[in-house]
Amino acid sequence: MHADRDRSAGTGEGAVGSTLLSKAREDAAAPYTEGDPILQVRDLAKHYPLTQGILFKRQIGAVRAVDGVDFDLYAGETLGIVGESGCGKSTVAKMLVHLERPTAGAIRYKGEDISKLSGRALKAVRRNIQMVFQDPYTSLNPRMTVGDIIGEPYEIHPEVAPKGSRRQKVQDLLDVVGLNPEYINRYPHQFSGGQRQRIGIARGLALNPEIIVADEPVSALDVSVQAQVVNLLDRLQAEFNLSFVFIAHDLSIVRHISDRVGVMYLGRIVEIGSDAEIYDHPTHPYTQALLSAVPVPDPTAREHRERIILHGDVPSPANIPSGCRFRTRCWKAQERCELEVPLLAVPAEFRLVDTPARHDSACHFAEEKHVVPTEAELEIPGPAEAPGDGEAPGDGEASEAGEDETP
Amino acid sequence: MLLEVRDLYVEFHTREGVAKAVNGVNYSVAEGETLAVLGESGSGKSVTAQAVMGILDMPPGKIAGGEILFKDQDLLKLRPDERRKIRGQEMAMIFQDALSSLNPVLTVGEQLGEMFVVHRGMSRKDAKAKAVELMDRVRIPAAKERVGQYPHQFSGGMRQRIMIAMAMALEPSLIIADEPTTALDVTVQAQVMDLLAELQRELNMGLILITHDLGVVADVADKIAVMYAGRIVETAPVHEIYKAPAHPYTKGLLQSIPRLDQKGRELYAIKGLPPNLTRIPPGCAFNPRCPMAQDVCRSDVPPLYEVDEQRRSACHFWKETLDAR
Repeated sequence: MHADRDRSAGTGEGAVGSTLLSKAREDAAAPYTEGDPILQVRDLAKHYPLTQGILFKRQIGAVRAVDGVDFDLYAGETLGIVGESGCGKSTVAKMLVHLERPTAGAIRYKGEDISKLSGRALKAVRRNIQMVFQDPYTSLNPRMTVGDIIGEPYEIHPEVAPKGSRRQKVQDLLDVVGLNPEYINRYPHQFSGGQRQRIGIARGLALNPEIIVADEPVSALDVSVQAQVVNLLDRLQAEFNLSFVFIAHDLSIVRHISDRVGVMYLGRIVEIGSDAEIYDHPTHPYTQALLSAVPVPDPTAREHRERIILHGDVPSPANIPSGCRFRTRCWKAQERCELEVPLLAVPAEFRLVDTPARHDSACHFAEEKHVVPTEAELEIPGPAEAPGDGEAPGDGEASEAGEDETP
Repeated sequence: MLLEVRDLYVEFHTREGVAKAVNGVNYSVAEGETLAVLGESGSGKSVTAQAVMGILDMPPGKIAGGEILFKDQDLLKLRPDERRKIRGQEMAMIFQDALSSLNPVLTVGEQLGEMFVVHRGMSRKDAKAKAVELMDRVRIPAAKERVGQYPHQFSGGMRQRIMIAMAMALEPSLIIADEPTTALDVTVQAQVMDLLAELQRELNMGLILITHDLGVVADVADKIAVMYAGRIVETAPVHEIYKAPAHPYTKGLLQSIPRLDQKGRELYAIKGLPPNLTRIPPGCAFNPRCPMAQDVCRSDVPPLYEVDEQRRSACHFWKETLDAR
């Protein structure tokens, strides 16, 4: 949505002039104005200390789970963050909602650094940034009814809904996420995985937040149910003008839902840009390898794509390689990669040309490579138009459950 | 034919009643062939595989009918000790979660070597040498040093390689891989699938690949069987099924996955939920979720119609489904 708006803004130190300008502006802590990013993350880091000894603990090192992450989130936009397990994407999510305190860096919500807030000021800000968790089975308390789960945020922020109106509010929320409002007194075990995820989403919406951080919200669900929940998230975003930070490892889903995408590797964003820039014109070798490894549901794709198979495993975040952290698995790695940390900025060769490859990429030897086969190269046509019968997914699931899961 | 499953029925007796997990499944695998069994959780794909391997928990499970022919002999009629001889030597299984399938208190070398001690009567020392050889074969770096390590010292991808090594150890003629790459990251998933396909070609084994991921299947399978509520609803060679599915469920599945190459409109979503296996709807089990359902679908169970020589579809309206695209 806002992908075309200064695409390199503030995401790297060594970038073009406009970046430096915008950076200077931010540092002056200018008041928030309409059109500025609603959330600005700068040089965010989370290091977990490794200690030795029982009584006198000495720090012998650190797990650098997140190690310098920058991005902007605009109002009404979805930023997708992809990466393999252990790349720090979930830790970023936790810091955004203040479940973890950053070791360094800033998270500016409307210009105000929330990572240093505490007490009442923090509580007020937290209302606006809510989270949807990955596992719909463990993120709902089995001993609370759905009404209590969704209504619990109101206990903490009573100013949002006075006591008398809460039940009605919860029922409205159930309706919004496509569940039957009469289910308010049921317990989580009476729902299927997809429905539980809807409950988790309803809880996230309870306080009318501006930003929702969703950490792998659909990866625990079956394929046919996944689509229902993705559509729901799409609809809610339009309806409530939400900004999403959508964290996932499934690249296809991220492309579907995101306006911009950031690719993380070992605690850093290595490439960030609009969905078309990242998927159709990737310039970082890791992004290219990641995209080429995604199995495409089309047997004809076998012949049409070059698969880049990476060797070895992701290095331990306690022992990050010098220079470029991807160099141990990169087929392009040279001496320079070992000595010099590549900055996340528009690579020099694309800086002056108008091409979709002109987006931030942290590689010394960035070059464009086409890895995702286009529709024209495949025999299988794209998905048909969505069915015309309105909000079928939600309704269907809700009504069916009535028969299926009544104890 | 290497393996033929004929009209298999499996039930589970639970407190809520009898869950009919597998309801008349037929499939076959030849040497060197890869059959992918595709389905969502609860579709009966894993239960069928467990019945073939003979590792179904009985009770509560019960094989209520059918035959499992392996090299022309019915496995269900064998004595437990005869069955045990086949398991491991002739057929082997790779499980989804490598960490919980490996014994945490034994080194990987001991676990790999155990196969040779038990089945081939080798000495511990020879078995260990064999274990190193196997680890080399599945390309675990520094196999000699790592043979004495424990499972937790390996990464997820390496553990899955050990599982593969274990399954390959006695060079079986059939391997069943139950979601072998689901727990792995995409880049590692690609490595592991490649390895599996390569070893299969080398040993000319039959491979049954159980998965819910339509992408993985497209890359490696020769033919596909789609399962829903304990039945096979469609079988076809891999190219045909993606080009023109002949069952509305397959079609819905294919349409509901977002694609890497385009930013979609709203995703097609199959409405509703898979049925509760203790109360499978009468007629076609898919009828409450099917956009094409008619009265006949609610009353008559569709047989597996012959679409062409190699394709079958359990839909009364398979012709319409094929034409509708």
